[in-house]
Amino acid sequence: MAGAAALAATVALTACGAKTDAAGGSSDQAAKADTSGDTVKVGLLNSLSGTMAISEVTVRDSVKLAIEEINASGGVLGKQIKPVSEDGASDWPTFAEKASKLIKEDRVAATFGCWTSASRKAVKPVFEKNKSLLFYPVQYEGLEESPYIFYTGATTNQQIVPALDYLKSQGEKSIYLVGSDYVFPRTANKIIKAYAKANGMKVLGEDYAPLGSTEFSTIANKVKASKADAVFNTLNGDSNVAFFKEYKSAGLTAKSMPVVSVSIAEEEVKSIGSQYLAGQLTAWNYYQTTPGAANTAFVKAYKAKYGQDKPTSDPMEAAYTSVHLWKAMVEKAKSFDPEKVKAASDGITFDAPEGKVTVDGASQHIHKTARIGKIGTDGLIEQVWDSGKPIEPDPFLKGYDWASGLS
Amino acid sequence: MTVILGQTFTGISIGAVLLLIALGLSLTFGQMNVINMAHGEFIMAGAYTTYVLQKSISGAGLSLLVALPVAFLVAGALGALLEWVLIRRLYLRPLDTLLVTWGVSLMLQQLARDIFGAPNVQTRAPDWLTGNITVLGGDDPLTFANSRLFILALAIAAVAALSLTLRLTSLGRRIRGVVQNRDLAEVSGISTSRVDRTAFFLGSGLAGVAGVALTLVGPIGPTMGTNIIIDAFLVIVVGGIGQLRGTVIVAFVLGVTQSVLEYSTTVSVAKVLVLVAIVAFLQWRPQGLYTLRTRSLV
Repeated sequence: MAGAAALAATVALTACGAKTDAAGGSSDQAAKADTSGDTVKVGLLNSLSGTMAISEVTVRDSVKLAIEEINASGGVLGKQIKPVSEDGASDWPTFAEKASKLIKEDRVAATFGCWTSASRKAVKPVFEKNKSLLFYPVQYEGLEESPYIFYTGATTNQQIVPALDYLKSQGEKSIYLVGSDYVFPRTANKIIKAYAKANGMKVLGEDYAPLGSTEFSTIANKVKASKADAVFNTLNGDSNVAFFKEYKSAGLTAKSMPVVSVSIAEEEVKSIGSQYLAGQLTAWNYYQTTPGAANTAFVKAYKAKYGQDKPTSDPMEAAYTSVHLWKAMVEKAKSFDPEKVKAASDGITFDAPEGKVTVDGASQHIHKTARIGKIGTDGLIEQVWDSGKPIEPDPFLKGYDWASGLS
Repeated sequence: MTVILGQTFTGISIGAVLLLIALGLSLTFGQMNVINMAHGEFIMAGAYTTYVLQKSISGAGLSLLVALPVAFLVAGALGALLEWVLIRRLYLRPLDTLLVTWGVSLMLQQLARDIFGAPNVQTRAPDWLTGNITVLGGDDPLTFANSRLFILALAIAAVAALSLTLRLTSLGRRIRGVVQNRDLAEVSGISTSRVDRTAFFLGSGLAGVAGVALTLVGPIGPTMGTNIIIDAFLVIVVGGIGQLRGTVIVAFVLGVTQSVLEYSTTVSVAKVLVLVAIVAFLQWRPQGLYTLRTRSLV
């Protein structure tokens, strides 16, 4: 019987529902974090292998750095933070299974991680059922709210909409959409198409490649034949390597047809090779080159710990910030209890490397500054535009008329 | 018009990649009747060889050229070792070869993860392979990517080398003899075990060469082999098991079909349509495009 329950627990999503209760008592009880000793455990849930590892390993490293800093300054509520790291292996059912393990077996107080929306969607019911907190550090497609997830990356009105505004201001009238075939690109493109329709922009084509796909010759040909003004790229992971190699081979350049990417940051630029990317655009809230004392300290600390050649990126910064935000929430709540932490979250601020961020308690998103950058030959990204001040999160795009039909 | 020509070239170049991968498999699966699930990991071995060589040799072009023979030897040696340790005990149990080599493939993937780390890595292509050549000028120029032309040339060279080896050398005659009738070959004085091992060396070595070519297209990772090995099996089954001619024709037909469908539909739909077409074809000709005629009883 126990064997059967354990087996069921390994069989993905459905197993995280009712069946696991048999193994770990009632779910409410299992979710209680273990804070009896002088340490408190937190979960780190990232893809350390597979197609997403190129991106997610850096996020884990950054969370570890924040934990070390907090521990060095006395911990949280007098307790040292002990990270428990799990590998989601770029596989969504594995993410759900490992999330369940972190909550029930390790009894973590909060979990930091996930990158793709597919992995977040897979773990969402697990965190909700067990009433445990997830801090999600990556920009995403919006149109989502969960009472147990804090979204510390950008939502669409803090990244994709500003990117489209920027393209429009540059006089680009037609775009081609290229993305990985899963929830983020498909939803993002739905939003982009609605925006384009309302703003007199033409979408000349829309193509998806399976996540992890490395065959992009046809897509490159289609993009080239479309003669679009620009490409909006929502590819994830190292499909970008194959895409940009093919893009260059097809004779397309940042001059002839610029590509705006929303999932390529400094770390990816480094491994794709700046010779394929120089001059292309990205939309984020943070770059390694973002000015400010908080960022200087962050970059310095990260390089000292992981190597001088290691760049910092937006999701890393958001992940780093999320640990500090959690600490501030816990201290305000004077408790590790997720319900109390949530209740204390509204208005929490932190001087993050990207600038001051504020938690919006209602949506559990944060106020962030939007930035457009141009990739340089040195692999770093130079800001070419920013929103000037933090933008209030609007995950359901309620503030835009053209978005009324979405969600 | 440019679009059609460009797309046909894309199809041919996809076919060339498929062909390079299927070529070695055609030798080990087709001729030796071993369902080698670890073939994809030999491709990976070739790709990682390229990566390692690039770290030690500074010039990207030179390292690529050195990688071709070295990857052939590395992957070939792995194949010969696999044959010697495991497969030679299983020649009469083809389904067991599937399970055993699948286990080996998982072990090799984990080994690669341990040595090179879980994140995928990339190689730098030499400058002369990152550009393209213009075939037709005008407003809408037709261009061929240099890297794709290089892979095409590599595939043609590999087919020629394999075909000449099988046709003209005494080793080739022995391989063909063993394929047509193992028992008769054995009683005629051919050491079938030595032929098996050599064939395995050659087939796996070709996988290594395919691995070098794949570094020009995309990232290198522990699971890169599994992603493409299914397509290679399809090429061989549709082409007719053990038939070099069938492998070549089907690889290119499949590549062009795929790219034309991708252009008119989407990547995912194209994959489905190709699979449906293959199923339909195999209903009509279960033995594949070409078959081997032998006097063997089995």
